[in-house]
Amino acid sequence: MSRTIEPDMVRHIAKLSRIELSEEQLATFGRQLADILEYFDKLAELDTTNVEPLAHAVEIHNVLAEDTPRPSLSADAALANAPQRDGDFFMVPKVIGDSL
Amino acid sequence: MNDLSNLSALELRDAIAGGTVSAVRAVDAYLEAIARREPAVGAYNEVLAERAMEQAAAIDRKRQSGRPIGPLGGLPLAIKDNLCTSYGRTTCASKMLANFQAPYTATAVARLEAAGAIVLGKTNMDEFAMGSSTENSGFRPTANPWDASRVPGGSSGGSAAAVSARLCAAALGSDTGGSIRQPAAFCGVVGMKPTYGRVSRFGLVAYGSSLDQIGPVTQNVADCALLLGAIAGGDPADSTCLDRPVGDYLIELEKPIEHLRVGLPREFFSQALDAEIASSIRLAAEVYQSLGATIVDVSLPHSRIDVDGEGKVSSYAVACYYIVAMAEASSNLARYDGVHYGHRTARDVEDIVDLYCKTREEGFGSEVKRRILLGTYALSSGYYDAYYLKALRVRRLIKNDFDAAFGHCDLLLCPVAPTTAFRLGEKTADPLTMYLEDIYTISVNLAGLPGLSLPAGLSKTGLPIGMQLIGPVFSEDRLLRAGRMYEKASGVSGLRPEMTKK
Repeated sequence: MSRTIEPDMVRHIAKLSRIELSEEQLATFGRQLADILEYFDKLAELDTTNVEPLAHAVEIHNVLAEDTPRPSLSADAALANAPQRDGDFFMVPKVIGDSL
Repeated sequence: MNDLSNLSALELRDAIAGGTVSAVRAVDAYLEAIARREPAVGAYNEVLAERAMEQAAAIDRKRQSGRPIGPLGGLPLAIKDNLCTSYGRTTCASKMLANFQAPYTATAVARLEAAGAIVLGKTNMDEFAMGSSTENSGFRPTANPWDASRVPGGSSGGSAAAVSARLCAAALGSDTGGSIRQPAAFCGVVGMKPTYGRVSRFGLVAYGSSLDQIGPVTQNVADCALLLGAIAGGDPADSTCLDRPVGDYLIELEKPIEHLRVGLPREFFSQALDAEIASSIRLAAEVYQSLGATIVDVSLPHSRIDVDGEGKVSSYAVACYYIVAMAEASSNLARYDGVHYGHRTARDVEDIVDLYCKTREEGFGSEVKRRILLGTYALSSGYYDAYYLKALRVRRLIKNDFDAAFGHCDLLLCPVAPTTAFRLGEKTADPLTMYLEDIYTISVNLAGLPGLSLPAGLSKTGLPIGMQLIGPVFSEDRLLRAGRMYEKASGVSGLRPEMTKK
């Protein structure tokens, strides 16, 4: 329980994750993440030299479909849940800036 | 008596097909049960009463005019709320999707409906299927029908509680690390996670894409066979779903398997396991022995469960699973951006990144945030090799263990969870304690295998104990037949909590 991840590091991960965190959350998550990562370190006990990574348990090869048009969602259906729309477009605040 | 809860799904199906019970009466009986018992359970996020009654009337008209009503004709079912339906809401029990109306219906649900089933409602769950108790629901927890002070398990806790309390004839859940099997065990019902690729996931809200599977939650093994037969099979809309033929799982269900070799993974019987559950599993092994099966000692070294001097439990499989699942979750949940659908912050924002950050802070609960943060960390540069790639290598070792074990036996028999249903609030303070709920179920998802959870009796305190059968890929028929063998020989089947008998 003693380990923690520094608030700056948690802040960096939170930014990559696009989640705003309060100072209090930064501290709580810092402790919890450290505990969980310590648990993950158990894997270091295992020698995995020459072991191929396994991404999918059931081997699936390329699945190809005929290149023929099929019905898809109408613009109205695709936009039905949009928090804000403008005609056939999703509305967002200004995108130009230096925070990207 | 208007309550049809003494009928299994298969029996109710036959009664409706034979005309002794109308579909309208079946839906009405379950709506009445919901009115009576749902307030104490809280299994549903939404009950679709009106639509269900219309569907039932349509089924009855079909039958009266002599047209076929399908293999599930008139059966009222509950659907986990992470399966899209073009009617009602699909919330994933998250504030992020509290008002989301899906534009299409998941293939698995559409197949049930095409077979004549009626969707009664959408069931509660841990938010985005992340949890093992349904306490991470963004709305409210669900109670275990056997003891309202205890959790139903999770994440498909609403589906398991609904079947257990007879608030539906059967249900669908999803299982990423045990989310069908563990709640089934806690609630005394049957649940199956099929082979990775057996059931289409089109319309299942993605969590851990290399692990997720949809499966049935039912009163007994035959009902499980009935539902699996309806939802399994290839789907052009899901390229990870394999187009392999689907047999009729009911045809040979009653036929016992001869010369069955049942493997007991020795690593699963450590001191982390509750003694009463351990003895239930050994008793189940004796039942198989009495039916002519051979019991084989097998080893799954990389799914080993260690307990240190201070009683701290650890497992390679748990570490491996959570790295993989969180990495995939952080990527999958990037889509909740406050732009395309779902919650958007009402606060003032500086720019679009600020919009994302505030929206996601408000829309996601703590566990979802924790997993996104950890997954992002494990995938970030400098840590990718140490965590994510390492986990994928360990994943192969875990799968190799199963391949080796199945060289000596036809299926594995083991516990579902280390304990029976725990109390609400008991494990919410420390996330790691909750993750350890999955020590017996996660390896199955990592290896892509089918797993069947079925009741093995009740504890001394009257709580359901579950047992798990695990088989090689695409051995669902074998698991179901073996499960049925146990049910018949032990007489443990169709367990009903006291609340359903009043």
